[in-house]
Amino acid sequence: MNYLSEARILELEEIARQIRVESIRMIYRRGSGHPGGALSAAEIIAVLFFDKMRHNPANPLWEDRDRFFLSKGHASAALYVALAKTGYFPAEDLWNWGELNCHLQGHPDRVKTPGVEMSAGPLGHGLAVGAGVAMAARLNKKRCRTYVLLGDGEMQAGIIWEAANVASKYHLSNLTAILDYNDVQLDGSVHDIMPLEPLADKWRAFNWNVIEINGHKIRQVRDALDLAEEVHSLPTIIIAHTTKGKGVSYMENSSKWHGAVPTAEQLEIAMRELNEAGGGI
Amino acid sequence: MSDMPQREAYGRALADYGDVNKKVVVLDADTSSSTLTHFFASRFPDRFFNVGIAEPCLVDFGVGLSLGGFIPFVNAFAAFLSLRAVEQVRTCVAYAETNVKLVGHYAGVSDFKDGPTHNCVMDLAVMRAMPKMTVIVPADNNEIINWLPVIAEHNGPLYFRMSRDKSLPVHTEGVKPEIGKGIWVREGNDVTLIANGAMLGRAVQAAELLAERKISAGVLEIHTLKPLDVEAICLAAAQSGAIVTAEEHTIIGGLGGAVAETLAVNCPVPLERVGIADRFPLTSKSADLLMDHMGLRVLDIVAAAEKALRRKER
Repeated sequence: MNYLSEARILELEEIARQIRVESIRMIYRRGSGHPGGALSAAEIIAVLFFDKMRHNPANPLWEDRDRFFLSKGHASAALYVALAKTGYFPAEDLWNWGELNCHLQGHPDRVKTPGVEMSAGPLGHGLAVGAGVAMAARLNKKRCRTYVLLGDGEMQAGIIWEAANVASKYHLSNLTAILDYNDVQLDGSVHDIMPLEPLADKWRAFNWNVIEINGHKIRQVRDALDLAEEVHSLPTIIIAHTTKGKGVSYMENSSKWHGAVPTAEQLEIAMRELNEAGGGI
Repeated sequence: MSDMPQREAYGRALADYGDVNKKVVVLDADTSSSTLTHFFASRFPDRFFNVGIAEPCLVDFGVGLSLGGFIPFVNAFAAFLSLRAVEQVRTCVAYAETNVKLVGHYAGVSDFKDGPTHNCVMDLAVMRAMPKMTVIVPADNNEIINWLPVIAEHNGPLYFRMSRDKSLPVHTEGVKPEIGKGIWVREGNDVTLIANGAMLGRAVQAAELLAERKISAGVLEIHTLKPLDVEAICLAAAQSGAIVTAEEHTIIGGLGGAVAETLAVNCPVPLERVGIADRFPLTSKSADLLMDHMGLRVLDIVAAAEKALRRKER
């Protein structure tokens, strides 16, 4: 395992903070988007794009790159910020999000946006697609890894469990799923709408390696991603317990902020809270 | 190969093609002993994936393999590929422009034994409505064999639709078909029969019957429903002035629908559509019997041609 220094952790926390700030600004500017799920995934995306994954923004189709699939496509703002900050496209594009001549769609589009591995939006696709990509990597004798970021609402979709079967049948140990388990979906709490527990047991029953972490702790995220590579016969799911709307007090744990846009006053509060928090929220 | 069912011609040809093109991988949803992809599976076990009865996952898993540089042939019953997995097809194949070959088996009423739930008479309407999708309906075994390398080498989303059983042979082996380019099977000046799939052979028979009645009927095969050969359809309208379509599909949204749209916009002439009326099929003891019962007889084509002619002369 690759030990992260305290200084490196501070750097990644700062990147996660910037992902939150820019995501909210983008959503405010466009007048639409999904802030809650972008904020809950900020550390996971920061660690993957800025630390863990081998990728090359100058050559998005580099054959040996690790692949990232945002199955919960609603968190597109956070992904777009990460792609712009790592250099896949100019940061100015973020401010044109939603304009008819801008490549950035409401949900990620692999045809239009460099660095987006797969179009997403309708929930449930990422794991099955990721399993196919992981299988292709094996057939191609590539050592690259496939990462799929899932939402907890997606766990209610049948295709997730179809894909769980497939990944387990073929022992796709080069596939790592990360579940952003913030327990909030559009209509309310996940545990009210359609309870998922005992979730870890369900994944174990599907013959997956399960790691549970706090998804806002940089070191835990990185350690879990490293640990997943130590398992050589099973796919891994990292169940990352998170807070929807993390970092902005009035958005936290609220289904209202699944797909709402802050007012100018609310934006100011959000920016103040995120900036005041400095590196560690 | 004209004496075997379409699925067997496909299954054997796909296995042979697996030797030629190592990028081809084959997926199935617990139907490999029906679609006969098991021929490929036994030759290339490392390039065959049976995901069980899970068509949505089947499509998305295939999408992933295509992103990894392979050419997935995704096989399932047409009814479930085009309906149960339709959102996967829309989002991850058509919209995402992935290089996935969707192969719909047991289409039309050819799954006569299983009945209305397994018959599939609306898949072409669904697939044709999707931007970026290429839609091909081969007529017979030789054409299936001729298409295989063409569709494998075509880069992009594609739906290939087949019957369970034998169809009347029309084509010879070794002729390379062209996507979007109709085939003139027979010349004729009074009326043009535009057909595809299992109805092509019946259209040829209808043209022969019409000839006995001193009516000169041309036969145009529109194997590619999308992109549509508008030029050939307009040429047919200009030359004969009366059109009949014949398809093993609902008359809504398939070949009849496509030709109706084309004629209405470009070159209006009388059109009669032979196909399945707006109703569900039935269970039967043979595919031919069921086709006949559903209004797909050779005589139905003949009657439609005579009706179109009368309308033209009015």
